[in-house]
Amino acid sequence: MDALKQELKENLIEQLNLEDMTIADIADDDMLFGDGLGLDSIDALELIVMLDKSYGIKLTDPKEGRSIFESINTMAAYITENRSK
Amino acid sequence: MSKGVAITGMGIISAIGNNVAENYQSLIQGKKGISRVSKIKTNHVNDIMVGEIDFTNEALEQQLGLTSDNNYSRTALLGAIAAKQAIQDAGITDINAYKTGLISSTSVGGMDMTERYYYDYLEDKSTQKYIEGHHAGDSTQKIAEQLGIEKSLVTTISTACSSAANSIMLGARLIKSGQLDRVVVGGTDCLSKFTINGFKTLMILSDTYSTPFDENRKGLNLGEAAAFLVLESDKVVEAENKKVLAYVKGYGNANDAYHQTASSENGDGATLAMQKALDIASYNPEDIDYVNAHGTATGNNDLSEGRAIIRVFGENVPDFSSTKAYTGHTLAAAGAIEAVYSVLALQNNIIYPNLNFKTQMKEFNITPQLALKEKPLQTVMSNSFGFGGNCSTLIFSKEQ
Amino acid sequence: MKNVYINSIASISAQQTLDNTSFLDAIEDYEANVLSVINPNYKEYIPPAAARRMAKGIKMGVVASKIAIQESGLDNIDAIITGTGMGCVRDSEKFVSAIIDNDEQYLTPTSFIQSTHNTVGGQIALELQCKGYNFTYVHASTSFESTLIDAKLQLELDEEKNILIGGVDELGDHTTEIQKLVHLVKAEAVKTSEVLDSKTKGAVFGEGANFFVLSNEKQASTYAEVVAIKTYNTLAETEVLQEAIHFVNGSNLNIEDVDVLILGNNGDVDFDAFYTTLAEGFKNTQQASYKHLCGEFNTASSFGFWLASKVLKTQTLPEVVKANHTDTTSFKTILLYNQYRGENHSFTLLKQC
Repeated sequence: MDALKQELKENLIEQLNLEDMTIADIADDDMLFGDGLGLDSIDALELIVMLDKSYGIKLTDPKEGRSIFESINTMAAYITENRSK
Repeated sequence: MSKGVAITGMGIISAIGNNVAENYQSLIQGKKGISRVSKIKTNHVNDIMVGEIDFTNEALEQQLGLTSDNNYSRTALLGAIAAKQAIQDAGITDINAYKTGLISSTSVGGMDMTERYYYDYLEDKSTQKYIEGHHAGDSTQKIAEQLGIEKSLVTTISTACSSAANSIMLGARLIKSGQLDRVVVGGTDCLSKFTINGFKTLMILSDTYSTPFDENRKGLNLGEAAAFLVLESDKVVEAENKKVLAYVKGYGNANDAYHQTASSENGDGATLAMQKALDIASYNPEDIDYVNAHGTATGNNDLSEGRAIIRVFGENVPDFSSTKAYTGHTLAAAGAIEAVYSVLALQNNIIYPNLNFKTQMKEFNITPQLALKEKPLQTVMSNSFGFGGNCSTLIFSKEQ
Repeated sequence: MKNVYINSIASISAQQTLDNTSFLDAIEDYEANVLSVINPNYKEYIPPAAARRMAKGIKMGVVASKIAIQESGLDNIDAIITGTGMGCVRDSEKFVSAIIDNDEQYLTPTSFIQSTHNTVGGQIALELQCKGYNFTYVHASTSFESTLIDAKLQLELDEEKNILIGGVDELGDHTTEIQKLVHLVKAEAVKTSEVLDSKTKGAVFGEGANFFVLSNEKQASTYAEVVAIKTYNTLAETEVLQEAIHFVNGSNLNIEDVDVLILGNNGDVDFDAFYTTLAEGFKNTQQASYKHLCGEFNTASSFGFWLASKVLKTQTLPEVVKANHTDTTSFKTILLYNQYRGENHSFTLLKQC
């Protein structure tokens, strides 16, 4: 699970072009959206693509993303359960 | 009381008709032009529905009498056809008899060709003629050429889905100020892989017929179309004894300044645009008889627009409907085709049905007009809201 | 009808133009057929959360608009009107190539959203929380002039008081590559000092952002007054001089009243004749050119507008822009003329105030 969380943080930084951030800046339970990292709805769409491309998980309703993308922890848990890649 | 600007001609080509009369027939017969996309090869073909125009590019080129070495994108082809119709409808025989301008709009421009030949350009010389046609102003230049407009004010606006409404707005202002005697205004956009995929990434495309203002709406259907109107000053109308179809009475543009693609929850930009338009027209909200809504059937727009309409009209929301279930969302051209529909509504005292509606949205209790309705109309308000928070409203009137 | 003033300026270009206190003091000499801008430190002006999504053109536009607004001393503006000929090229390229390379799979929304032509205008509005009028013009070499016509109309009629206008265009690798194939870009690299006389096909391409706050109220920072502007989708070479005279007459002036004629010639052997014809008609007038400094792009005339503003305020004309040498020392009235590949011509008249 830890390796996955590490990988997710790397992907996040790359995919969302968070140039000034390092893996160390993102805690596993940091709120990704809203007050925490401040990601927004466009980022959510980017993450949905990432789920598909890297882990083979297809979300059809963008609203599902809200709970999945709450934090690195919730993302890792969801991916571990549902991944096909 | 502020004076409206005369509309003396219209032209249109869309998924529901190749000219004004055909479009009108489809509207009153409830005949929608939505289907699976056929002329664009896309993997998403079974996941989306579109408002596609039947004619192939070759057929359109033939209609315009173009030689085979032309470099018209589909955007330019559609635009030229609609613009020529408008000029004919306005009874114009000598385009340069008066100071005539052209204000067009587009979001796709020549991208339909660019995406087709993107890498081919590097190898295949025969495709290279389309390179110069990529930029947004190119279709406008071609339309000007087709109409014979020379040495004049010709420009192009691109503000996403409010583009053509903005063209009409600018045209009206230039006539009012005396800078032009006459102006052809409107917009054109064709379907493209670029926009199909672009909207798909935003997850706002429906896989079935779109349902504006419905609780269970799933998103929009893209469409392609072109429409132009001829606006003329009072001086020209009098001198040429022109029949006036309707007037551009009010207009307003405001920015939501909330998010790049989503509208604010309470439709700030939309509210401001509608209020500005009413101000220009010197109207009160109760003077509006029908609102042709933007109504794209996305979760976000219909909620935000609905709320904005309530903010502006309070307890007395006029009859309203979206015609996008007929034509699809034609992006930059939307403001122009819906302007044509607004004028037709005024001329025929008809309110169009908001198709495909089943379930009331739970956030408010205003319901769009569901059946075709005959009602004397003096004024029609038309909304067009685009990405970048760009919100535009036009008001058309029967009397000046 | 109220007067229209240029109250502040800002330029990001291939020259050191970012700092408004200098005026082409040190010239960047290139030997190239494509000129990129000298980038400001974008981080200084744009928060990382927003900047991470922005391609160069958007950043240029946002920064130039910030500098112009700051110089004007305003907290906010009434309207934002931008001009761009090619729009957000880099994001468009990114999205199209992704569609083709990945066969429509795994596409992400950011580059699509950023590729819409009115992204710069929308972004500026977002940052300023400006809910006012917001238009984007996209008509080749009169994109910038269209913003000027629109803004001037609103200010003259006192519909608004302060309007931000600007021209911005960015270079994209693939786009430049294909433009070279059809000889829009010069085949060979050319020295800055030799561009305008090169007499070869095509132009040295550039990019940039030039923004201005226009107002119907003068203030200490005011650079110049915008007297008149006119655009023409077509104009024959034989008509240019006549039209220039007619244009200037329209403001109750004659050729002799023009102190500087600023031309948008770019060294393209096929189309510079328009400029030479006009120059001959104005042979006793001090003339200036600027595209050897900023390169050719659809909104390059906004750099010319920047140049004219600076000349009128500082009452100096840098040596590097002079196309001829007259004894003119006082600069009261400037006429600008531009066109691109024989189309979309414009005349602009500015005066000292």
